Amino acid sequence: MISRLSSRRRLAEPAQPSLLLLPSDSTSPPDFLPCLAVLLPSLSISSVLPAPAQPFLLPSLSPSFLALSLRSSLLTAQPFLFLSLSPSAHSSRAPSYSRHSSQQLPYSVVAPHINKEAAMTTMLRELRLSLNQTQRVRLQSALQSLQEMSSLASTITVVADTIPVNHEDSILKGHGTSDLNGEVVATLCGVVERINKLVYVRAQRARYKPEVGDIIVGRVIEIAPKRWRLEINFSQDAVLMLSSMNLPDGIQRRRTAVDELNMRSIFEENDVICAEVRGFQHDGSLHLQARSQKYGKLERGMLLTVPAYLVKRRKQHLHHLQQYGIDLILGCNGFIWVGEHVNSHGENDSAANRENREDAVNKTGELQVIQEVQEPERTTPLEVRQHICRVANSVRLLSALGFNLTVEFIIDTVEASISSNTDIKDMLAAEFYVQTAEREVQRRVSLSRKH
Amino acid sequence: MEYVDSLTGFRLDGRRPNDMRQIRGEIGVVAKADGSALFEMGNTKVIAAVYGPREVQNKGQQINNQALVRCEYSMANFSTGDRTRRPKGDRRSTEISLVIRQTMEACILVHLMPRSQIDIFVQVLQADGGTRSACINAATLALADAGIPMRDLVTSCSAGYLSSTPLLDLNYVEDSAGGPDVTVGILAKTDKVTLLQMDSKLPIDIFENVMQLAIEGCKAIAQYIREVLLENTKLLESRKGL
Repeated sequence: MISRLSSRRRLAEPAQPSLLLLPSDSTSPPDFLPCLAVLLPSLSISSVLPAPAQPFLLPSLSPSFLALSLRSSLLTAQPFLFLSLSPSAHSSRAPSYSRHSSQQLPYSVVAPHINKEAAMTTMLRELRLSLNQTQRVRLQSALQSLQEMSSLASTITVVADTIPVNHEDSILKGHGTSDLNGEVVATLCGVVERINKLVYVRAQRARYKPEVGDIIVGRVIEIAPKRWRLEINFSQDAVLMLSSMNLPDGIQRRRTAVDELNMRSIFEENDVICAEVRGFQHDGSLHLQARSQKYGKLERGMLLTVPAYLVKRRKQHLHHLQQYGIDLILGCNGFIWVGEHVNSHGENDSAANRENREDAVNKTGELQVIQEVQEPERTTPLEVRQHICRVANSVRLLSALGFNLTVEFIIDTVEASISSNTDIKDMLAAEFYVQTAEREVQRRVSLSRKH
Repeated sequence: MEYVDSLTGFRLDGRRPNDMRQIRGEIGVVAKADGSALFEMGNTKVIAAVYGPREVQNKGQQINNQALVRCEYSMANFSTGDRTRRPKGDRRSTEISLVIRQTMEACILVHLMPRSQIDIFVQVLQADGGTRSACINAATLALADAGIPMRDLVTSCSAGYLSSTPLLDLNYVEDSAGGPDVTVGILAKTDKVTLLQMDSKLPIDIFENVMQLAIEGCKAIAQYIREVLLENTKLLESRKGL
């Protein structure tokens, strides 16, 4: 008999073949409408279910994880098309929910338990993977162990949950909270943070929350009078004033009308720029500045977007990976730039060059925009380009897995891909994905053992 | 036609009068959107995608002290039994878009995001009655996924009155019977009604019963939605690490 699939409770399973009409249990009264799962567009019918779980080797995982995963996979051995990871939660039929039992019959509403094991499976938003059975089980066990390692049950909150607070202390209600009948209630889904008297809720997939001094990467959307408007991952566009930007000739002077007319020669629409947050405008939008030589237009590279919460604020955001010859900029707003290393704009600003330009200005007697000393058009060498692609793929992979993005982690992943001889294009495929997850589990386990 | 069997008390699809259909919610179905959700109530399947808060695209509509909430409801061509091309701005879609927008605007804390815009796009993939309610529930999930601050979870459910019985969560056949159809949207925790619509007519005392039944359904959906969000949040946080 086809058991009632708790796949109804499942969260996303990509690339699934699917359609099942479930008959209701003959034994229990038909509470539910027989469920018609929608025929999902299946990219590849890759998950063929064997009846029993195949014995497989998980050399990297400790025995306890192995036992756990084997048990769950044995439970899942059922002959139907869905690769549902464990319909063992048939306890998912919640007890009848009745609030006002006086008035109405208690009715069994579908307030089921979420199928936790399935929920832990790849909730892939960007990457659509086709995992075979072994990979799926490995991944599930890796993710499950990640979940066990984090002990967050007490601090997670959902919208409209009351935050437990000691009412005798005077509590400062921070972001993500609000006051309801004297109780502190969350307005976001996230983690409750308490710092001294401040209680706030840190949301996860929200947009970027700027702070003064953040280094960000943005894209020019519009050229407005004396300013550029940049798209950063924020509720409003950021503004980069012409006066906050170095002129190409490097001289510090007042910006004139001619400069304003020549703004387009500095940055155009769709240029990618690295800048720093200078402050907030009166209407809440951001003011940026790009005065230092390390900021400015970014060329010869790739821009990637990741959720902003994965990039933590560190001391250094502009990294020069010497072994690859690459610049890696982790913008706090979730925009990541990977590009060929530019031997900084600092060269053009050397004293000698400045003198030459000033002479040129004096000679001609009128201000001209002096183009930067153009190097002869050169192409990026193939090896550097390959490294750029590897780094970019590892960023994509880590953001799809939901892991924190740090330079060390990115470099580790790239090294692992090189040492395991994974092709650049295979870095986003199923096998490397699962390997990365397993490696991260090991790393966290070893970290927690040290403490 | 007997909508409630007199002998057994079952409805046409085998439910009891107080039974809801199977519900299922899934988060993160649209990769590009800031927040997205898929919500199913029985055979009714709806996708919601939320973009925002982001820069207002039409500067003339910008509001200086709060966010602008826009909503668009559409039904896919294949959502009903016969495949028909629906014009974008047809009256029913406009009305439901307005209804959803007002409902969500009541619960989003718009004054926290001045001069920005929040777009909610809802599309019905499969329509089997109760699309309005499913859309609101999906929009709630998507807004929570996008990290947009809300007063409370808005949930919605419909109830009707056929064959002298209040029925919870009407499907298409029961809906098209022409009897009264009450759709209620509430803020689950604070017990405030943000949406109340009815077709046809009902005597006031029966209306109270039917509305109470719908509110019970809303609360059950709120409990489920809360669990889905909790699970999702735990998952993201555990993966992120330290």
